[in-house]
Amino acid sequence: MVSFSAVAKRYPGGLEALKNVSFSLQAGELAFLTGRSGAGKSTLLKLIPAIERPSAGSVVVNGQNVASLKRAALPYLRRNIGLVFQDQKLLYDRSVYDNVMLPLAFSAHAPREAARRARAALDKVNLLGREKANPIQLSGGEQQRLAIARAVVNRPTVLVADEPTANLDAESAIRILEIFVAFNQVGVTVLIATHDQTLVERYGKRVLRLEGGRIV
Amino acid sequence: MRAWLRHHVHALSQGMRKLSVLNALVIGIALSLPAAGYALLESLRPAGARLALEPRIALFLAPQARRADAEALGARLRADRRIDSVRFVPREEALKDMSAVQGLGEVIGALGRNPLPDAFVVTSRQDIAGELGKLPGVAHVQADAVWARRLAAAGAIAQLAIGVLAALLGAALVAVTFNTIRLQILTQRDEIEVSKLLGATDAFIGRPFYYLGLLQGIVGGVLALGIVAGALALLNSEVRVLAESYGSNFRFAFLPLPEAVLVVVVAGGLGWLGAQLSVGRHLRAIEPM
Repeated sequence: MVSFSAVAKRYPGGLEALKNVSFSLQAGELAFLTGRSGAGKSTLLKLIPAIERPSAGSVVVNGQNVASLKRAALPYLRRNIGLVFQDQKLLYDRSVYDNVMLPLAFSAHAPREAARRARAALDKVNLLGREKANPIQLSGGEQQRLAIARAVVNRPTVLVADEPTANLDAESAIRILEIFVAFNQVGVTVLIATHDQTLVERYGKRVLRLEGGRIV
Repeated sequence: MRAWLRHHVHALSQGMRKLSVLNALVIGIALSLPAAGYALLESLRPAGARLALEPRIALFLAPQARRADAEALGARLRADRRIDSVRFVPREEALKDMSAVQGLGEVIGALGRNPLPDAFVVTSRQDIAGELGKLPGVAHVQADAVWARRLAAAGAIAQLAIGVLAALLGAALVAVTFNTIRLQILTQRDEIEVSKLLGATDAFIGRPFYYLGLLQGIVGGVLALGIVAGALALLNSEVRVLAESYGSNFRFAFLPLPEAVLVVVVAGGLGWLGAQLSVGRHLRAIEPM
C-alpha cells in the first residue's frame, strides 16, 4: 500500500532530511511515526502525496512509484490520499460545509451524491449541524475534525496526518485519535506523525521511529 | 459528459463572481477608441468613394460655344483611348442641378439667364488635364485627380492609424487581463495550494480564470459598443444640423452588425489569451509546501 525503499531526501543547500529510509505499510494498517522535531517526520509524510520528491530511492503508493510520476498525474494520486496537517489548512472565507465540499468539486460526483458524502463525513467527525459555521468559529479540536472530514470525504485508501493533535488538550487529542482508529477499522491505511509518546503507547500500534533522518 | 459540463458551469459561475465591472470598463473605453474610429471611417467611406472613385476632369466650354462645337469636341474626346468615360453636361442640366441646391435656386433665378457653360466630365487615370485644356473650344479645365488622390491617401492613413491603435489597445487588453488574473491568483494563493493538495488539476483550478478573462473581454467589448453608440448619437445630433444646411441627410452610422459582433468576439478572445498567459505563468508557480 505504502512502501519506502532506500529513500533519501536532500534539500537544496545540502540539508539531508532522510537517509536510506525503508519500510512498508500494509493495506488497512495503522502506524505512528515518531521522532523529535527536525527528525524528518514531515518530510517523510510529504513524500507520500509527492509534495516533495525523493532524491534517491522509491516511494510506492497504491502501486504507483511516486518518484517517477509526471506532474499531470499527481492530482489523481492525491485524490486517493487523505491529508491532515497540524495547521489544518482550512479555508476561512467559506463555511464548514464548503470546506468539506472542496475535494468533491473536482471529482465527478453528482451534486446530490457529493452533498450526501459531505454530510456523512461531517457526521463521522461529529460536526453535523455546524455546516453553516465558519471554521474560525470552531474550537481547535473541531477545526482538526473538520480537516479530517475534508481528508476522508473522497474515501481515500491512505490517510496521512502530520501532528494532528499537536495544539490540542489531552481529551481533544484522544477524540481525534479515535476518529483515525475508526477509519482504520474500516480498512483505511493510516500513518500519523506525532511526538506525543503517551498517545502512541495508548493504542499499541506499530511505531516507526525517525532519528536524524533514519528509521531506528 | 455531465461531470465535464458541471465543472464548466461551476468555473463559469466562479468567473462571473470574480468579474470586476471597473476592469471591464477600462477595457471598454480602450476598445471604444478604435471601434469609434472605424465607425466614423466607414460612415465617410461611401461619400469618399463617390468623390474619389475615379479621378475626374471637368472641361468647361466657352459660354458662347455652339452645340455643334460641343458635339465635335465630344467625338474627339470619345476617340481618345486614354479617356475612360465621357459625359456631356449641357448648360441647362448644370443649371437645373445647381438650382436644386438649397439656397441657390433664388440666386440663380434672380440672374434671369443661365450663366453656366456646356461642359464635359471625363474620367482618366492619366494626367492629361493640361493637354485637354488646349483643345479648341475648351475655356477652363478643372482636374480633381490631385485632391482625390490626397483624399484616398488620407483615408488610407486614417485606416492604418486605426489599425495600429486597435493593435496597441488589443495588446493593452491582454496586459490588463494578464494582470487582473495574476492578482486574482495571488489573492487565492491559499485556496489554490489547498486545492492542489486535495487533488485538483491545474485545468480545474485555471478554468475559472479563463472564464474570467473571456467574460471581462466580452463585457468590455459590449461596453465599448455602448460607448461608441452613445458618442455617435451625441455627434449625430450636431452633424444632422450641419448636414441639413447642405441639403444632405448624412449621419455617422453605428458599426455594421458583423463588425460589432467581431469587436465582442475579438475582445473575448484577447481576454482569454491574457488569462491563458497569466494562468500558464502563475498557476504553475504555486505548489503546496
